[in-house]
Amino acid sequence: MSHIKVELKKEQVAKLKEICKSFNNEAGELINVLHKSQETFGYLPAEVQEIIAKELNISVAKVYGVVTFYSFFTMLPKGQHPISICTGTACYVRGAEKVLDEFKRILEVKVGETTPDGKFSLSCLRCVGACGLAPVVSVGEKIYGRVSPDGVKDILKEYE
Amino acid sequence: MHLLVCGGTGCRASASDSIIEKLKSEITAKGLQDEVQVIMTGCFGFCEKGPIVKILPDNTFYTQVKPDDAAEIVAEHVIKGRKVNRLLYVDPENKEHVSDSKHMGFYRKQIRIALRNCGFINPENIDEAIARDAYQALGKVLAEYKPAETIDIIKKSGLRGRGGGGFPTGLKWEIASKNKADQKYVVCNADEGDPGAFMDRSVLEGDPHTVLEAMAICGYCIGATQGLIYIRAEYPLAIKRLKIAIEQAHEYGLLGKNIMGSGFDFDITLRYGAGAFVCGEETALIHSMEGLRGEPTNKPPFPAESGFLNKPTNVNNVETFASIPVIILKGSEWFASIGTEKSKGTKVFALAGKINNVGLIEVPMGTTLREVIFEIGGGIKNGKKFKAVQTGGPSGGCLTEKHLDTPIDFDNLIAAGSMMGSGGMIVMDEDDCMVSVAKFFLDFTVEESCGKCAPCRIGNKRLFELLERITKGEGTMEDLERLQNLCKVIKDTALCGLGQTSPNPILSTMDNFYNEYLAHVNDKKCPAGQCKSLMKYVIDPEACVGCTACARNCPVNAISGERKKPHLIDTAICIKCGACIEKCKFNAISIK
Repeated sequence: MSHIKVELKKEQVAKLKEICKSFNNEAGELINVLHKSQETFGYLPAEVQEIIAKELNISVAKVYGVVTFYSFFTMLPKGQHPISICTGTACYVRGAEKVLDEFKRILEVKVGETTPDGKFSLSCLRCVGACGLAPVVSVGEKIYGRVSPDGVKDILKEYE
Repeated sequence: MHLLVCGGTGCRASASDSIIEKLKSEITAKGLQDEVQVIMTGCFGFCEKGPIVKILPDNTFYTQVKPDDAAEIVAEHVIKGRKVNRLLYVDPENKEHVSDSKHMGFYRKQIRIALRNCGFINPENIDEAIARDAYQALGKVLAEYKPAETIDIIKKSGLRGRGGGGFPTGLKWEIASKNKADQKYVVCNADEGDPGAFMDRSVLEGDPHTVLEAMAICGYCIGATQGLIYIRAEYPLAIKRLKIAIEQAHEYGLLGKNIMGSGFDFDITLRYGAGAFVCGEETALIHSMEGLRGEPTNKPPFPAESGFLNKPTNVNNVETFASIPVIILKGSEWFASIGTEKSKGTKVFALAGKINNVGLIEVPMGTTLREVIFEIGGGIKNGKKFKAVQTGGPSGGCLTEKHLDTPIDFDNLIAAGSMMGSGGMIVMDEDDCMVSVAKFFLDFTVEESCGKCAPCRIGNKRLFELLERITKGEGTMEDLERLQNLCKVIKDTALCGLGQTSPNPILSTMDNFYNEYLAHVNDKKCPAGQCKSLMKYVIDPEACVGCTACARNCPVNAISGERKKPHLIDTAICIKCGACIEKCKFNAISIK
């Protein structure tokens, strides 16, 4: 697992401890703690996991096991504008694959990667439940419906 | 007068938020804010035509409304009482405007039980839910029935679990009620993972109180005071509305200590999923709630004996819970009078894919696929030919033309080689390659397998690789045989429901579309023209006029040729994206 070495600032460590404490430092709350931590830091580098493990009194291996098990958690920082392409079945039969190919081609990244300038990251997600708008792409909080491969460059232009 | 605006995820993505804002400001500008109310509701179901605005009391149903239409709706409809015709639904058959949703093909055959309040109430206001009978069933149960009597009502209603398995709900409650323990738990499974199924989300977004009420009823029946809702983190709106609903129920004394003065305590907390399909399986879900990796364990012990924190736990799905209050109020006989012999009541389906009316529907069990796809769903998009409908998500199978008149219920779908699952229905047309569809689902399973048992972890990967070879034109007849054998082995030996059902998409497509597999293997052709490795884009020099549209739109510059002379595609560079075909006005490009 590739990861970037980060040094946490004092206040970041304090914030993490505070998050753990808000869940009573209970091991059973690990997933909630991770959710909250990722919300705060944007991703979960090893250094963050080490602190959580210590605070909840469980092994780092266990925290790492949970982080890597669930697709929602990431150990790599996302781009400034995270792009997600829905690859649920409804979007798939309405051509999500071609839309994904176009994003990959233009941004020159693979799924799960971030562009070198840190601007865009590309990921797939399973069904946001807006199947009436298939195929669906989300950039940050904004959802784009009925996206065609042609429309990809127009979406990207909005963020230039 | 009430203006109801859909606030479901789909319609919000199409700016229903700003429609609400504009309607409100128009109404205030006209000084009508005391007489006309704008209410954000849950999902109406007709997502294809969203965003939807419904006007009460005259039941006018406006479709595909844009924020800029707000002024006209207020000026014309609200003030002058004239309908805005251009926003009404047009019947595709007789081209007439339909203003009342009751008369639309999409709604005509539906009976709404689980979705009864979706699109009628503001889900963030408990008073509106109470006005539509929320918490009445809980009051009735606490005042009039003993736990065993309540369980009996649910048993007699014939309600079966809507999450996919179809286990009788009353029986599940009875087992949990008989296990003695100092603490028991009621869990609501809202980890809706089947891609293309969004009924649970819509219930939680549109009518969260019904789920809270049913969980409390279940708690009373099995002797639990703690409820947990395990919900996907991907559903932020549903989470937000559940939190509001729980808070409001507390304020009204409908959750918490001594509910309605009965002495019964019940409280509900939320637990979040983190993106793992396998967590829909109840033992995996329980592990995930305990903060562990969501890996399933062998049953027995069933959760009813030893579940969350090793205490007896009853797990039901959202839609199952949503049916409970109505059964209590209207009686088990009423519920059992709807549906088929062994599957009672209604079922919610999420219609999606290549169908005209994408949306959420609720029909009595026993409705045929033909009625669902062609009457409610309005048939196939762009006049194409129906090929298959996939039910049951990654665990289900593809049903074809010959199954169209099968009445839908738990047992019939299994007999036809698929399953009910949570109710996703993805419709496919003649352009969909069934080998690719099987590969799509296996790709899903491989990614979502938790890795605990070898048949699922290794076997599904091998299945995927075999399918990949076939779609690349490298498959052999032995591969087809290997595929079938391996499917059977995985079905028999995998640990949990995910692995045991993961070969279903392959088996059912092999059953129904064996010729397509043969075409890929023997002729190295993809009959639907979807498998990229097996196709070639060619320009017909006779038809090409040299307009250069294709060359200008080719993203990789694979097309060359002089203006007004036939063009040529360099197949070594071509990435087979299809952009040229779409741009060619002379039908000169074809897939060979």
